[in-house]
Amino acid sequence: MNFIDLRRIIKSGFQNFVRNSFVSLSSILIMVITLAVATMLLLSRTVLNIAIADLENKVDVTVFFDVGVDEERILGLKSEVDVIPEVASSEYISATQALVDFRERHKDDELTLQALDELGGNPLGAMLNIKANNPEDYAQIAVALGDVGALSESSIQTIDKINYYQNEQVIERLLAITTGARTLGTVLVIVLSIISILITLNTIRLTIYSARDEISVMRLVGAGTKYVRGPFVVEGILYGLVSSVITIILFFPVTLWLGERLTLFFGVNLHEYYLSNFFQIFLILLVVGIVLGIISSTIAVRRYLKR
Amino acid sequence: MIEFERVSKVYPYTDIEALHGIDLTIKEGDFVSFVGHSGAGKSTLVKLLLGEERPTEGSVLFQNEDINSFSHREINNYRRNIGIVFQDFRLLSNKTVYENVAFAMEVAGKTDEDIADDVPYVLELVNLQDKPNSFPHQLSGGEKQRLAIARAIVNEPALLIADEPTGNLDPVSTFEIIDILKKINKLGTTVVLTTHNTGVIDALKKRVVTLEKGKIVRDDEHGSYIIAKK
Repeated sequence: MNFIDLRRIIKSGFQNFVRNSFVSLSSILIMVITLAVATMLLLSRTVLNIAIADLENKVDVTVFFDVGVDEERILGLKSEVDVIPEVASSEYISATQALVDFRERHKDDELTLQALDELGGNPLGAMLNIKANNPEDYAQIAVALGDVGALSESSIQTIDKINYYQNEQVIERLLAITTGARTLGTVLVIVLSIISILITLNTIRLTIYSARDEISVMRLVGAGTKYVRGPFVVEGILYGLVSSVITIILFFPVTLWLGERLTLFFGVNLHEYYLSNFFQIFLILLVVGIVLGIISSTIAVRRYLKR
Repeated sequence: MIEFERVSKVYPYTDIEALHGIDLTIKEGDFVSFVGHSGAGKSTLVKLLLGEERPTEGSVLFQNEDINSFSHREINNYRRNIGIVFQDFRLLSNKTVYENVAFAMEVAGKTDEDIADDVPYVLELVNLQDKPNSFPHQLSGGEKQRLAIARAIVNEPALLIADEPTGNLDPVSTFEIIDILKKINKLGTTVVLTTHNTGVIDALKKRVVTLEKGKIVRDDEHGSYIIAKK
């Protein structure tokens, strides 16, 4: 195909796009819906993943030590805990720090603080916060902690309690929910993407179906395949281009609105996420839109190109 | 130029023989009219000439080449070499008068300069020079058909096929069209016309081939419209 052909085809595609404005508009509308669904899925999946990770991060196991246990002894236990493969990190909180934290947490609670003052001294023991690599590992860690405790001398007096056993059910339920949410998210993305792609394909197929008489006239005038198909492909590209621009603009107010309302719930601001990933999202939309336009118009014209 | 050699055509899934044993020669520069009732085989004849349908038996030759043996690309080249006019005009509805004519030149690979020179010329020839920017839906029936003719002749085809070109037109427009066809024929283009308009045939005084039930029943050098009443 030479330059003149290309120029004529592009010009013709633009003309059809403008002159069939109603048809173009409906195709664009459908494509915007498709792209919006895709963007929505993309965003919600990302946000969901961040929220789940955040939630999982909040889960930990805390070992509470008896009051007055030696710091050295606890640090010794900590080094033993750190060796357990499932453990991601552990954090030692001394009794003094625990008291400071406690006062901070209850700073508005006069009664508790008064009671604390009356007790005198530090009634709190030291703590060891343990985070696992995977939430599934907490049960194993708790068991391992028991072993570690049993091995070390007079452990019965040192460890007050391990809170895993109080939270066991909550952790397991959370685990089930997050796994379910991830699977559901993936399935939804796939199913909805397929549906919206099919709808777009069909819409463009219909617009070209309405042009089948024109195609037969072009064939009779002796127009080769490229002259018939070319302008439709150009139109398809334009649909994709315009639709992706509309969609990306549309998501400014949408994410702003959602961001204001859902930040607390998800732990991530949708709008900020959208803005910081703006160009990636736009690129994805652009590519998806244009490829969709090209593929559907090519498929649609093909059946009218037979002799 | 065109030869039909024992051509028969049976459409698939029907037992109707649209054409039967047609032998016919059309010489360069001829003006041949095909007449006959609906279903006599005129449209089938045109479709075979265009390569839209293949003969069941026999062959159709254009300049000694079998149309049926043309490849996809060859058939496109061939169609650019013949002009076609239909009863229902078949214009490109979202292109202007000018663009409809220019399109035929574009697909034939003509340069922009040629297009800029030739399109106004043929538009003048069919008396549409004042409406280059009109769309087909803004034209009258006669104007549409004149535009179709302009498009058909702009590439200076050796052959112009006019399939019932006046079927949808009033008498005044009909004779405008016939005048233009005669003018084109005088300039050297072979014209094949199908019609069942008695007046047209009588006014032309050219060769008339009469078809009946898929067979040639008359072939008169300066014929008039004579068909057995049904």
